Amino acid sequence: MLSVFRQVMLYLAVLCCAVNAHAAADSMKPDTELHALAQQLIDAGFREKKALTEALVEINDPKTLEFSQVMVNGDLYYRKDDRVVVIKGEDKITSFFNGEVIEIASSRDIKKISVNNSLRTILRSGIARLQIFSPVASVRKQAAVNLLKSADDIDSVTLSRAMAEEKNSEVKDILSLVQGIKSLESGDSATRLAGIDALAGSLYPDVRGALANFVRAAESDGRASEVKAATDALEKIEDLLRVNAVIENLYFGLALGAVLLLAAIGLAITFGVMGVINMAHGEMIMLGAYTTYVVQQLMPDHIGLSLAVAIPAAFLVSGLVGVAIERGVIRHLYGRPLETLLATFGISLVLQQAVRSIFSPLNREVATPDWMAGTFMINPALELTYNRLYIIIFSLVVLALLALVLKRTLFGLQMRAVTMNRPMASSMGIRTGWVDALTFGLGSGIAGIAGVALSQLTNVGPNMGQAYIIDSFMVVVFGGVGNLWGTLVGAMSLGVVNKLLEPWAGAVVAKILVLVFIILFIQKRPRGLFALKGRAADMG
Amino acid sequence: MKKTDLNALGKVTKFIGMTALAAGVSLAHAADDTIKVGVLHSLSGTMAISETTLKDTVLMMVEEQNKKGGLLGKKLEAVVVDPASNWPLFAEKTRELLEKEDVDVIFGCWTSVSRKSVLPVVEELNGLLFYPVQYEGEESSYNVFYTGAAPNQQAIPAVDYLINDLGVERFVLAGTDYVYPRTTNKILESYLKSKGVDAKDIMINYTPFGHSDWQTIVSDVKKFGSAGKKTAVVSTINGDANVPFYKELANQGVKSEDIPVVAFSVGEEELSGFDTAPLVGHLAAWNYFQSAESDQNEEFIEQWHKYIGSEKRVTNDPMEATYIGFNMWAKAVEKAGSEEVDKVRTAMYGIEVPNLTGGTAVMNVNHHLSKPVLIGEIQEDGQFEIVWATDEEVPGDAWTDYLPESKNLISDWTAPVNCGNYNTVTKSCGGAVATGE
Repeated sequence: MLSVFRQVMLYLAVLCCAVNAHAAADSMKPDTELHALAQQLIDAGFREKKALTEALVEINDPKTLEFSQVMVNGDLYYRKDDRVVVIKGEDKITSFFNGEVIEIASSRDIKKISVNNSLRTILRSGIARLQIFSPVASVRKQAAVNLLKSADDIDSVTLSRAMAEEKNSEVKDILSLVQGIKSLESGDSATRLAGIDALAGSLYPDVRGALANFVRAAESDGRASEVKAATDALEKIEDLLRVNAVIENLYFGLALGAVLLLAAIGLAITFGVMGVINMAHGEMIMLGAYTTYVVQQLMPDHIGLSLAVAIPAAFLVSGLVGVAIERGVIRHLYGRPLETLLATFGISLVLQQAVRSIFSPLNREVATPDWMAGTFMINPALELTYNRLYIIIFSLVVLALLALVLKRTLFGLQMRAVTMNRPMASSMGIRTGWVDALTFGLGSGIAGIAGVALSQLTNVGPNMGQAYIIDSFMVVVFGGVGNLWGTLVGAMSLGVVNKLLEPWAGAVVAKILVLVFIILFIQKRPRGLFALKGRAADMG
Repeated sequence: MKKTDLNALGKVTKFIGMTALAAGVSLAHAADDTIKVGVLHSLSGTMAISETTLKDTVLMMVEEQNKKGGLLGKKLEAVVVDPASNWPLFAEKTRELLEKEDVDVIFGCWTSVSRKSVLPVVEELNGLLFYPVQYEGEESSYNVFYTGAAPNQQAIPAVDYLINDLGVERFVLAGTDYVYPRTTNKILESYLKSKGVDAKDIMINYTPFGHSDWQTIVSDVKKFGSAGKKTAVVSTINGDANVPFYKELANQGVKSEDIPVVAFSVGEEELSGFDTAPLVGHLAAWNYFQSAESDQNEEFIEQWHKYIGSEKRVTNDPMEATYIGFNMWAKAVEKAGSEEVDKVRTAMYGIEVPNLTGGTAVMNVNHHLSKPVLIGEIQEDGQFEIVWATDEEVPGDAWTDYLPESKNLISDWTAPVNCGNYNTVTKSCGGAVATGE
């Protein structure tokens, strides 16, 4: 009985396979070289794939370019049951060779034709060779830059043709660098020297790499004149790089300073102006960051806009929590700094645990909008990252707005009046209690805004506030308590000093040196860089 | 039988007797019929992120074992304590587990410093610790079984892959500033030099825990990488500092094709926190990836999702190490016919259990496992594509051969050597000898 059953099953299975194979043969008969190769790719291990990919980029087929691009992006899949090669797009799956949209029941029905780093390198080089004749100048430029990495792969006839046809001077310059790198391999000494000449002064890392390799090769062959020419060319590049490195370091310093500034501005109000030692300041930053996370969860399709929404939202959330803390706890403790310190420290622990309970102890993922990614290229060796650039600008804008509020608005006037002379302000009809609450709320709200910015740079987790509390106090005390200008100068100078020390001292020692420097500085000038003078000084 | 006896008694006596007997039986049951399993993982503090998962894994395994009827006819009972990422507290909690709770085995620890803190206590009280995390080696305790990777099962094969398959000639060794990265980098530096890599071609960099400003370091790596030789970063950066590090790499446009980063502390769990699209192609070396294709793995993932109640939770290498460790211990208890530490330990040597990648894990006499080594590339979905694997299982080496101070040392806890740091040249034991027997 069992064996009969098994036979029937076997028969059915065979039948089923035959039908399948038949269907597959119909739709998937490889009619082109590319198609045949694609079928081979499905079964190949990474070692076979490497040879196949090398062959692939040489195939003269109008679809080779698209195939390589889809493959390098990791969007090339195949359907398991009939081996149709498909492109997995954002919302639909299309057959690569006939463009049909394919419906699949489960994501397990298709399997990725995987690529690794060495395949990607081959593919990118192949794509670059195909795109060097693209009608779009920016595509040609990218292709030319990629060719710098793989100058050996392009034959000199094609390269000369590309150079002859090239109208865009920028692309042409890069192509001549490609040619320069190629001629370093030439058998003729004069050509090699001309190549070195063409490369001198270029800041592309690949050019520097090619020259360095050339020097090593020439040294071992004893070609002294070429070694000298190439070393000189390298020297010229190094000089330029040194200038760039200084500018880059300053930029890094300013970027770090901007982070310190953002973290400290809020504290400059709560601690600097009001004199409250607010240990929960870091948690206000954390609340701002979590607000960003929540906003992004609410509008998952508009990540680009989410930050613009998150800024006012974070200001409100942290600001309201700040007002609540002031009304609930701190107002009972004015004039008792030690108790304030302990109470706010307690609040910081409560807030951390609250966030841990609500959002879990794991870090939350805050997405970075596309417009914040990437770099602003000044030259090939000096690229400024957009996210840091925006944060520098943002921190300055926040500071300027705050200064405006303090100096030019009625609230700012009342705030200054209350902190300078409370009884007098009170007898002039100012509700000092509410001014205190709003001032604390303002400081906390700004910390919340800082949290939005920091969520783009670092981890958003329950402990993130603790990482910034020390830095914030450091900046405010160093800059001079009660002085916004001092906070700005303090933050920027600490950032720059830290980054100038880092390359030769390392990250750990640089940070220690900065702390030692501040200790010594405070010994000399206990009131910080910009001490308030006169009667106001006694209020801080 | 009890029931028949009791039937003969009068109604009242029967009632009293039943109650008394029931109480007596349940007490005896607690004392004799359970095997206690200690779980020593931080459930709060900085390490909670990683260690909570392992606590859940052990609990899941205990539950599973109990469903199969326990061990030796006894139920397993998990005793969970929270050492709160506080290293001295690890030692105190271990003492509590061994003296007060009288557990038969402990699964626990993550960081090397916590293990070092526990070590004197388990050795003094003759406990049994299963340690499931990849570590720096240079240790072999009579009372600890190391189911994570030793350096020769992770770091060395990864560097070999970089040299042989990717043609890397220049190395950046970047790590967090504590014992694991420092020791691993010391071993790697010495290994690379033995492979003919020039000192000029090795750059070493340390950063504090939780470092968030990676601008300078990434920029230095880029400069270091433009000297004409293929460059790679070997990262022993630990914990959540990895997120800003990888973000900065992506922002400064460091592509995996140009300068690949191979990490020893970044797995599926760490990647689940962020968008991996810009990181595709960067590497990690482990003994297990969730993407490994095997029946055991599929079953394990399904079991895990069911236990934890979420399809989104990933599995990772230390979980596999916990799985292997638990299964080995269970098998050893059955083989020994007892849960007593000394008997279980003797039964452990040579014991084999299936690993999750389709092979078999073997416990060696140096208390380390034989495991396969895998290299994976990060994918857009936060998983790893396995691009390279060793042909067979690599036996873990407690004492590395690439440092002068340990190259002559071996560990063998069976007769006649019976020593954790036996010097094969002077034929003497450096101190770590078995005391329990």
